[in-house]
Amino acid sequence: MGRDVLLKIEGLRIEGRSGDTWTEIVKGIDLTLHKGEVLGLIGESGAGKSTVGLAAMGFARDGCRITGGSILFDGIDLRKASEAKKRDLRGARIAYVAQSAAASFNPAHKLIDQYCEAPVVHGVMSRDKAEHDAIDLYRRMQLPDPDGIGFRYPHQVSGGQLQRAMTAMAMSCRPDLIIFDEPTTALDVTTQIEVLAAIRDIVRQFDTAAIYITHDLAVVAQAADRIKVLLRGEEVEEAPTRQMLDAPREAYTKSLWAVRSFARPEQPPAAGTPVVSVKGVTAAYGTVNVLEDVSFDIHAGRTVAVVGESGSGKSTTARVITGLLPPKSGAVLFEGKPLPPALKGRTREQLRQVQMIYQMADTALNPKLKLRELIGRPAQMYLGLQGKALDDRVRDLLNLIELEPAKYIDRLPGELSGGQKQRIGIARALAAEPQLIICDEVTSALDQIVQEGILKLLNRLQGEFGLAYMFITHDLATVRAIADEVVVMQRGRVIEQGPKAEMFAPPHEPYTDLLLSSVPEMDPDWLTRLLESRAAAS
Amino acid sequence: MILMRVALGIGLLFIVSLVIFWATELLPGDLATELLGQSATPETLAALREQLGLNDPAPVRYWNWLTGALTGDFGVSLSNGRPISELIGARLGNTVFLALYAAALSVPISLILGILAALWRNSIFDRAANAGALTAISFPEFFVAYILVLWLAQTGLFPSIVRINPTTTLGDRLYMSFLPALTLTLVVTAHMMRMTRAAIINLMASPYIEMARLKGLSPLRIVLRHALPNALAPIINVIALNLAYLITGVVVVEVVFVYPGLGQLMVDAVSNRDIAVVQAVALIFAGAYVTLNLIADVLSTITNPRLMHRR
Repeated sequence: MGRDVLLKIEGLRIEGRSGDTWTEIVKGIDLTLHKGEVLGLIGESGAGKSTVGLAAMGFARDGCRITGGSILFDGIDLRKASEAKKRDLRGARIAYVAQSAAASFNPAHKLIDQYCEAPVVHGVMSRDKAEHDAIDLYRRMQLPDPDGIGFRYPHQVSGGQLQRAMTAMAMSCRPDLIIFDEPTTALDVTTQIEVLAAIRDIVRQFDTAAIYITHDLAVVAQAADRIKVLLRGEEVEEAPTRQMLDAPREAYTKSLWAVRSFARPEQPPAAGTPVVSVKGVTAAYGTVNVLEDVSFDIHAGRTVAVVGESGSGKSTTARVITGLLPPKSGAVLFEGKPLPPALKGRTREQLRQVQMIYQMADTALNPKLKLRELIGRPAQMYLGLQGKALDDRVRDLLNLIELEPAKYIDRLPGELSGGQKQRIGIARALAAEPQLIICDEVTSALDQIVQEGILKLLNRLQGEFGLAYMFITHDLATVRAIADEVVVMQRGRVIEQGPKAEMFAPPHEPYTDLLLSSVPEMDPDWLTRLLESRAAAS
Repeated sequence: MILMRVALGIGLLFIVSLVIFWATELLPGDLATELLGQSATPETLAALREQLGLNDPAPVRYWNWLTGALTGDFGVSLSNGRPISELIGARLGNTVFLALYAAALSVPISLILGILAALWRNSIFDRAANAGALTAISFPEFFVAYILVLWLAQTGLFPSIVRINPTTTLGDRLYMSFLPALTLTLVVTAHMMRMTRAAIINLMASPYIEMARLKGLSPLRIVLRHALPNALAPIINVIALNLAYLITGVVVVEVVFVYPGLGQLMVDAVSNRDIAVVQAVALIFAGAYVTLNLIADVLSTITNPRLMHRR
């Protein structure tokens, strides 16, 4: 890189407050970015990626403070600059694209008003010119109806489109640097590709430098020139993208690469009566059918992965099985006998047999209850355990999920990490001694290394107790790792189902193919190749 | 949806009118005995009942009262025999004038104070504004009123008694009504200001506010353009509640300043047992309440793009 240095961060230290104590969350990071260069910043949550990204704008969130080091942007020291000076830079020369565009667009204003705000306030261009410019950028970002989309409110536009509109908005003043903070994490794989390609193109067109923050290596490999790996506020290593992918130096980086190596051994075909059969289920919210004639079986000791984009009916199927949403027609059979359609009609014994684990362990656990009560309650309610027997059972369950009982039994959920909370979710489901556990996106809020731990745990428990799993996910790597059978759903219908090996081998249904080919690969040329082959095919 | 709200409001008023009518039906005696008092003889009573239509069944009398009220005819006052609409007319105008006067003072003051308190939250200004507003709301109205009389009327700055007649000019009216308006302002400002402040601060942690900060916008612009529009619904509702209070809750203040408004009229009517006037004023108060809340609902809907512009 022979080009000028745009951003130079040295020895950056940032503290975060929890209660009354300040702890260091960024511990001396150095970072250099040249003009027009894209740097990938990766690491688990809590690694300090976003905090470093925001610090590059001279910004610290409430509850954080920058305590050491220097941040030089184009020769301006952002740590010493006045608020007014920093305001002049933000939005104009350094822009920000947030993870959730849906939450980061103001619901009260039209997209184009929000686009025009920064250029007009910073005096870059007039409102009229900014509007024309917005439409031009919407077109370049390949948004549908570029002339009209800006005049809609955020709630009238889909998530993937909002993410592109936000990238366009960040471009409005033609900044020198854009911070992308997990811009595709909240999107489906198929949408992620569109947004990723649009971001890559626009950054190249305007020769904008960028810091691309993500926890997904394969994604960052498509966009970044260099990659920097962070772990708990410290740098692990930094290298040009290809070199990093081909030959990671540090053990931690290698472990990130190796995460998806876990795979469940192939199981013999299942026989006998399935634990749960979904038979021709059609279900509706109000008058709109959200499931149409859905059928599949789940056998004991087997995992059925249900995949599809958001809105495809995966979670609704789970709601029908658990009785939360009685179907319009069709039935759910348990060991060959029909279950009453509504939750109210089911006996306690029938309820015990089907348990759920949720995506957001944070919100699925009552924050005021200790683990003893969280896990003990189903054991008490379904199995009538009391006193010493209950206490022993809770301790057994904690051992099963690899949390030391003596240390954890009286803790509150707030005192656990994300992965530990999800383990509590698993223990709570196990406490009822069910035959089927429905796992609804249980790993998608977790980092890759933690994900792997959870998947291994689920796999071990399945072997020990002969559990049947229905695994709802949009992540095909997870499917590859743990599924025995796969059900692909789209718009409320099952479009393909069968054993995993068959599903991952061609030929596929076109939609399955689209899903499979959209999973990013650890290859910097993957996106380019994919877009070329898709362009050639159409 | 707005039509639905309007229909509900009308339905509610109808129910309120039933309750008012039914409540006065429960009172012992009837209008004729009230009117004639000591001088009642069985003959005069019967004649007066016939004349007032009191022998009709209750539904018929309710219907006559309601249709009369809808056309502005509330019947005649029992204490002086004048048409109630005439009694109410000027006084309703006076009360609305006072309410608007107080609203014109208090709404801008509380919005500005609330916005500034949110902007400079936890600063000296924020604390002083909160403490001041809470102090004002903590004292009973009559106390505030007498304090103001003590400070501002005893020194001769403003009159302590409001004497309004049809020839009073607007300037004089504003001058004479200043103290009652100020009293009402002090009473309602705290509620509106604190709701404005809380509604805005509640939103300041939203991702779109962080986004606005990262676009390099000034704090004032962030509050006015990015937080305030999303905080409008609760603010509008609190303002409507307080405006309704300004019309219906002014009784004490009107009495203190001898202000010729509806509150005074209601107090006089209650002490004279002038049931017809009490009924009429109660119906007007209920109408004001329902209408203002209806307006608030409609405004909250209009200011929310998610309700106005469907997908």
